[in-house]
Amino acid sequence: MTAPVEHSATVSPPVIRRLIDGGLIGALAIAVIGAAGYYLFPNNLALLTRMTAMALLVLSLDLVTGYCGVATLGHAALFGAGAYGAGIAAAHFGISEPLTMTLIGAVAGAVAGLVAGFVILRAHGLAQLVLSIAVIHLFHEAANKASRWTGGSDGLSGIMPNAVFGLFEFDLWGQTAYIYGLALLILVFVALKILVRSPFGMLARGVREDPVRVGAMGVSVHSVLLRVYVISGAVAGIGGALSAISTQVVGLDSLSFTLSAEALVMLVLGGTGSLYGALIGTIVFMFFEDTLSAINPFHWLTIIGALLVMVVLFAPKGLYGSAVALVGRFRRRQA
Amino acid sequence: MSTLFEVRNLRKNFGGLAVTNDVSIGLAPGDRVALIGPNGAGKTTFVNLVTGNLKPDSGNVFLGNEDITTLRAAERVRRGLIRSFQVTRLFLDMTPEEHVALAILQREGQAGRVVGHYSGRPALMQEVREILHQFGLLELSNIKAQEIAYGQQRLLEIALALALRPKVLLLDEPAAGVPQSETARIEAALKRLPADLAVLMIDHDMDLVFRFAKRVIVLAAGTVIFDGLPKDVIADARVREAYLGNYADAGSVA
Ligand SMILES: Nc1ncnc2c1ncn2[C@@H]1O[C@H](COP(=O)(O)OP(=O)(O)OP(=O)(O)O)[C@@H](O)[C@H]1O
Ligand SMILES: [Mg+2]
Repeated sequence: MTAPVEHSATVSPPVIRRLIDGGLIGALAIAVIGAAGYYLFPNNLALLTRMTAMALLVLSLDLVTGYCGVATLGHAALFGAGAYGAGIAAAHFGISEPLTMTLIGAVAGAVAGLVAGFVILRAHGLAQLVLSIAVIHLFHEAANKASRWTGGSDGLSGIMPNAVFGLFEFDLWGQTAYIYGLALLILVFVALKILVRSPFGMLARGVREDPVRVGAMGVSVHSVLLRVYVISGAVAGIGGALSAISTQVVGLDSLSFTLSAEALVMLVLGGTGSLYGALIGTIVFMFFEDTLSAINPFHWLTIIGALLVMVVLFAPKGLYGSAVALVGRFRRRQA
Repeated sequence: MSTLFEVRNLRKNFGGLAVTNDVSIGLAPGDRVALIGPNGAGKTTFVNLVTGNLKPDSGNVFLGNEDITTLRAAERVRRGLIRSFQVTRLFLDMTPEEHVALAILQREGQAGRVVGHYSGRPALMQEVREILHQFGLLELSNIKAQEIAYGQQRLLEIALALALRPKVLLLDEPAAGVPQSETARIEAALKRLPADLAVLMIDHDMDLVFRFAKRVIVLAAGTVIFDGLPKDVIADARVREAYLGNYADAGSVA
């Protein structure tokens, strides 16, 4: 059989293309924006670190919701599991090495992802959404009841992380915490970029678009979704661990319905199904939350609500998705 | 005849209507069978039942010596029972190249890999190009499925089934919606199939059916009313009646 000639689209310099696909641009962008934040808001590093932890939760949610099409309002269960995992390791077992704490958070998140996924994936559509709400309430209640370990509603304190690599102490200004968080975010982002373009990432996208076709290719849809849930749990768990390390407390709010819902709002705002959308949604939402709540502590939620309604109505692909579509249309007209 | 694929006494009711009514069919390696019948006869339902997309009320499905009646759809596919859909099912956001690559990766047990990109595998890319070329889709390799014409989506649907290298292939109206000028590609691809593969094709295009099939099965109202040689099917009284409806004078045929 004669092989047809090379395709024009594959001619662009493959090395550069691979680096772009591999998330190099994204990693650089995060580093540059992160550095800008560091110099522009030196007194607000705690907020920026919170943003970073939140970005990890929203990225994790994007894997499940954006890439696989599973609607969930319980995703903070995975984040909270990571936060409590890392926090309990430090407060009760004296494991205060930050990288180890982060790893424990990732594992705790992955286990929570397996449990939550097992329950949530039993159902579809509306029933699935309801199950996800049940899951977050169950996790929340479990953490509340196990107050000997979690501190219950008082929160878990006594978390004193060691210096990173034994060199960088966690300082009062939160510089170390911020840089540590940024480094985690960049690593996770690059890993996810590699994941979503891998064969498994293609399968995940396939599940969102047509699960019956995925089955007809010989792939078990349920096992794909469960694996995505575990990976997603690890990512959210890293975010939770970062939160525990940087704030040195873990509260029940890290396992709350509110946090789950906020994460979903951020994702929809930025645009589902793209890692950039998740990051942009997080930054925009938390920036608005911070500035608006300072200006008007009572009505900032109204404004966020109005913003969300506008995005859903006029830019249903989210801020990032709509921008990409716009650029694409512009380019095509130029061509 | 050594049977490769066998369906025994399959039944399915939809709200009291027997859509599949005690159907038994066997396929041997190398079989080229056409399944025909009027609209609503239950042909697609039959395929859905044997592939695991629907659950039968009773009856059994065998592949080789194994009873696969209770297996999930994906497990049947992994054993070589592959279908195409009457109404195209594709990943609208993906390109033909991605579709075929994913099918090949799955066939090779590589679809679960979490690193790397298919384009980094020269042998796989070569096969992808060959398959797309076969179906005249090479020019469209990198265009999203939602942006290509329906007829070409239909061709991609068939290409995907073949990329999985079936043992038993069930094609649900492969030529429906494909422009006349392109149906030759489907026929050519069917001709190239390995000789020991068993194929069951549903189609309404009788010219295509007669060129393709060595055996014809006619389904009407959920029941097999004919199973035999193509040359006998036209003369069969029950078949004529089924196609012409109850008002036809079946007696005049004999
Ligand atoms: N999920 C379902 N629920 C209820 N009735 C169904 C369902 N699927 C199919 N039917 C009915 O079963 C009958 C057989 O449908 P089927 O699609 O199998 O026919 P077909 O032979 O493939 O027809 P066509 O040639 O038009 O594709 C039809 O009367 C149809 O309305
Ligand atoms: Mg049909």
